[in-house]
Amino acid sequence: MTMTHENGHWQDEVRRVAQGIRRRVLEHTITQNGGYLSQACSSAETLATLYVKVMRLGPSIAPKVPPPFPGVPSQHNSAAFTGAGYNGPHAPDLDRFFLSAVHYALALYAALIEVGRMAPEGLAQFNQDGSTVEMIGAEHSPGLEVTGGSLGQTLSQVGGIALARRLRGEMGRNWVFMSDGEFQSGQTWEAVQALSFYRLDTIGVYVDVNGQQCDGKMTEVMNIEPLTSRLEAFGARVFQVAGHDPDALAAPTELPPDGRPLFILAYTNACAGLPLLESRRPKLHYVRFKSEDERQTFASYLAAMN
Amino acid sequence: MEILSRVHARKLVEWAKDKPDVIVLSADLTGSTEIDLFREAYPDRFFSMGMAEQNMMSFAGGLAREGFYPFIHTFAVFIYRRAYDQIADSIAYPNLPARLFGFLPGVTTPGGATHQAIEDIAVMRALPNMTVVEVGDATEVETLLDAIHPVKGPVYARMLRGEIPRLFAADEPLRLGRARVLSAGNDITLLSSGICTEEALRATNVLRARGVSIQHMHVSTLKPFDDPAILEAAAQARCGVITIENHTILGGLGTAVAEVIAEAGVGKKLVRIGLRDVFLHGASRPYLMREYGLDAITLIRTVEQLLNADFGITESDLAAVRLDAIHSEAKAEAL
Repeated sequence: MTMTHENGHWQDEVRRVAQGIRRRVLEHTITQNGGYLSQACSSAETLATLYVKVMRLGPSIAPKVPPPFPGVPSQHNSAAFTGAGYNGPHAPDLDRFFLSAVHYALALYAALIEVGRMAPEGLAQFNQDGSTVEMIGAEHSPGLEVTGGSLGQTLSQVGGIALARRLRGEMGRNWVFMSDGEFQSGQTWEAVQALSFYRLDTIGVYVDVNGQQCDGKMTEVMNIEPLTSRLEAFGARVFQVAGHDPDALAAPTELPPDGRPLFILAYTNACAGLPLLESRRPKLHYVRFKSEDERQTFASYLAAMN
Repeated sequence: MEILSRVHARKLVEWAKDKPDVIVLSADLTGSTEIDLFREAYPDRFFSMGMAEQNMMSFAGGLAREGFYPFIHTFAVFIYRRAYDQIADSIAYPNLPARLFGFLPGVTTPGGATHQAIEDIAVMRALPNMTVVEVGDATEVETLLDAIHPVKGPVYARMLRGEIPRLFAADEPLRLGRARVLSAGNDITLLSSGICTEEALRATNVLRARGVSIQHMHVSTLKPFDDPAILEAAAQARCGVITIENHTILGGLGTAVAEVIAEAGVGKKLVRIGLRDVFLHGASRPYLMREYGLDAITLIRTVEQLLNADFGITESDLAAVRLDAIHSEAKAEAL
């Protein structure tokens, strides 16, 4: 645990942060008339549980308000940086966090604000030219450390990082947040194969199994189930949990590592906490309001949330 | 001519001895890419990644982010065709010091179109942050590692293996961004790379005897392509510039030369010898070089056209001066 909670249990804090993620992302979606809203609804408790309960992180060492984009990395640009500092310093015994499903960036930024690692005004830079607070997060974006926007690449990159940390004798764990759609990609399975082979049990992966992807319902686009037994067959240690229950989400991380990479499959509802969104099914990937009336309906709901 | 065997295999072990941050990754081609000696010498720094190149590239990116130098070894074709997205996002965008050693370029494998890297230089040159090098002889294989080690970003190295001739003096190491002058002259400027340099040396030998003045330079750094000596040589060529490469003429050495001479306003005729926008197929190296026009006789005919001359040179003239008598008798390498 990285935070202490003077009042009540950590579960209450998770619920507060999760509600804050939904509220901020909804507010943003209404203001901008578009956003990755369903992702916030499905992942709110997972991201909150990671930051409030699971990850051992130091305090943020990054500016509260994200600095402007420093230019792409190159031999001519010594100013390039990553957004890892929002998750605290790198240290042998501290954990690291990696967002693989980078279209969840808005939900992550909201989480960083709720846990006090980023200033609320940072979100005003979202998707603005010259800003690091990008819509599809990249390594310079707050809370991000690698570039995984084509999806399915982050788990392999974290494999390399975890291997490097083991070669240096570091004990900190490496947490990855993935979407279920990434399990359609061959590279993901290559990665799981390698993590198992090299017994990289410092890696823990949360998967937001919300069953949704760009074209609609995953079972109609390309089925990935049964995900638990597929992963187990690849040598992973898998827990299938109720993805909006903080206790269920956190419990597997209390177990001592046993040599297998850890996968926590959070089965979630992409409209959780926002029943209005149900009307948008089956296409939930990116919400853009179809009319001013619809936008007003969501705005009224937001007003009631506050 | 001296022929050396398994140069990279031995050099890598010796070179990496005092470099604990150098890690070798293999994609099930350990013997075929000459990293078996490294695996025996430093088993803790050798990681078998299986036949899974996409994961291997991103894994290498992760290792490099943490301060290691991942040395990826596989066939050239499997590096860029199977895992280009991963190279771009996990390695090149963050400008990480991964080293990609691509073996069996172009006609050097009889493995057919699936095994023959013919557009790798074009693809890698187009990728921001990537440095691209191709070795041409044993001396360059021996000295490549020292030459590229200071590069902060990723390097793609087009490699040679097995029996390799020593064309260049052992004490003249590969230098990034510097072409080697193999002969001086002003009728024709000839720029060659990789195995085509050995082939070009046969042709220039015969042509010089016929009185042709040739500025022959061997080019090992394909990107960045900024050696001023190349432009100077092109500018002074009386009858034109010729490039010869074991690669498609689109995007490789010939294209790089065309770009620099056009941008500098050097109005010289340029003939690019290479694969003319076609795939190769499975056959021996001498057969492919002849069939696809990458050989000495093609180069001689090209020179004759530029000079509007007919020297009456035949294959038997070339055979008489072949530099690779020993090499040509070396047994064909297995895949």
